[in-house]
Amino acid sequence: MGRKILLDKINVPGIKTYEVYRKEGGYASVEKALKKMTPDEVVEEVKTSGLRGRGGAGFPAGMKWSFIDKKSGKPRHLVCNADESEPGTFKDRFLMEYIPHLLIEGMITSSYALGANLSYIYIRGEYMWVYKILERAIAEAKAAGWLGKNILGSGYDLELYVQIGAGAYICGEETALIESLEGKRGNPRIKPPFPAVSGLWANPTVVNNVETIAAVPWIVNNSGADYAAIGIGRSTGTKLISASGNIKNQGVFEIDLGLSVYEFMNSDEYCGGMQTDRPLKALVPGGSSVPILPAHLIYKTAAGEDRLMSYESLSDGGFATGSMLGSGGFIVYDDRACIVRNTWNFSRFYHHESCGQCTPCREGTGWLEKVLWRIENGQGREEDIELLWSIQAKIEGNTICPLGDAAAWPVAAAIRHFKDEFEYHIRFPEKIKDRNHFVAEPFEKVKHLVAKQTV
Amino acid sequence: MERSHIKQEINITDALMTRINELISHYPADKKKSALLPVLHEVQDAHDNWLSIELQNKVAEILEIQPIEVYEVVTFYTMYNQRPIGKYMFEFCQTSACCLNGVENLMDYTCSKLGVKVGEPTADGLFEVRGVECLGACGYAPMMQLGDFFQEHLTEAKIDQLITDCKEGKITLHDK
Repeated sequence: MGRKILLDKINVPGIKTYEVYRKEGGYASVEKALKKMTPDEVVEEVKTSGLRGRGGAGFPAGMKWSFIDKKSGKPRHLVCNADESEPGTFKDRFLMEYIPHLLIEGMITSSYALGANLSYIYIRGEYMWVYKILERAIAEAKAAGWLGKNILGSGYDLELYVQIGAGAYICGEETALIESLEGKRGNPRIKPPFPAVSGLWANPTVVNNVETIAAVPWIVNNSGADYAAIGIGRSTGTKLISASGNIKNQGVFEIDLGLSVYEFMNSDEYCGGMQTDRPLKALVPGGSSVPILPAHLIYKTAAGEDRLMSYESLSDGGFATGSMLGSGGFIVYDDRACIVRNTWNFSRFYHHESCGQCTPCREGTGWLEKVLWRIENGQGREEDIELLWSIQAKIEGNTICPLGDAAAWPVAAAIRHFKDEFEYHIRFPEKIKDRNHFVAEPFEKVKHLVAKQTV
Repeated sequence: MERSHIKQEINITDALMTRINELISHYPADKKKSALLPVLHEVQDAHDNWLSIELQNKVAEILEIQPIEVYEVVTFYTMYNQRPIGKYMFEFCQTSACCLNGVENLMDYTCSKLGVKVGEPTADGLFEVRGVECLGACGYAPMMQLGDFFQEHLTEAKIDQLITDCKEGKITLHDK
């Protein structure tokens, strides 16, 4: 059994309620921080823990906190990014829905560390019922004296509110999220200035993912060193993985970072192996934005080492043979899946979600979607693969925010590892007419045709 | 069809105004505009799930901002409806994991059962089917959003049951 930090109490009956959460030791980190620690001491523990941003970027959380501008004397804010929208990712929702007070406790302890007196949780609009769960949990916490003026007689004041979004993936980007929190369209801002200097209403602001903030109580209750002892190398602690696709056990799992991908995939404690007897074809390990891995690069790196669930091991080999841990959105594909169709599906997503601010992304994502659609529908041309490559290369690195890169990477990786599948679609349009074309006849069985018929 | 000419009766009830004022109180006094997204949700929920220009103007008035500041937000975010929609909107997630679990076939099934195409309400205005992007329920696919809630692990039988429940008024759309 893996160790549980975030999900330790998830199955305790009634843990959603304040009474049970408190009886199980909840809010202890607030007591400890406010009564026995200075804000800087809390920041130091988080730094020591090596906790990295769990939203996808993996930036050290303690370091991000230490950048917050305290000199200007402006009000500071902590904003929790609960705009979870990366395809394949549904872990934050799980935490907020089933143990909402853990996030609220983390918000209070973290806000104290940052010297923030007004903090927000920004949640995606589609999680409307979770928004209500959080609102009610905040009211319970406030009634019990954990929010408001002079918390626990410490002199520290904090107000915490939830803000609801309205259906825009881009608001998961921290500066777009801030814009949205200000009541505007979610157009990302140019950095610098970084939010730590000029964020919400031009005040110093830290934006952290739900899972990052939820890890703080454990770190404060135990120690940064205890947290850093879990995991492997610079991938410390535990991580929530949202597992979906063609596996037996789909759902949210907490793992020690450093667990092997093989064990995660096949152990009954986690994914439990493939859904049916159809073989593993590909894996998206960290949400739709990260490069897809073909079967031979999933369990072993190109160098022949075991592939581990860690920031470093999943990216081993760079984009040529590796991928990324990202948000932990783990999507498994068996041989019924069509890589061209899946890539088109992701491109449609990014086209839909592009905010339209930067030309390479606004126009490029539309082109990617269109060209992929025609290949998938039997109207592809030989030169389309080259065209896709050229479009994605022109988006990557040329936009204000990382949505452009996120749209480009899956296309590049699909072509890199599954080029023959694209060629098959272009050369045998009759065979891919039915949208479920690989169900009866998986690509592995028809692959040989591609080599025979070159153009 | 030009739908912007459809008249919408505006009714900001006392209960709605109380909730709006509560939302406004979540932000500093000079940052009323920040309440725009949550206020639009509340106002839309109370007005048959859509926002006419007149209603958007009313929101601008309440928040003391320019109407254009409301329009640009309403047109940016997908959850605000600028035309009347089916009362029971079946919003199917059609991103990767849901596709692996057969959502496309299920959408075809639902459309033929209701006799509609995606994006067109039924003649009685009761139902509408829409395809949306990832809803964050990949492990519980295929799924859809119905009002404030998710309907997960869908099958044809579950769709049949939901349609019946909607017709019998057994489905709660909003959690207030």
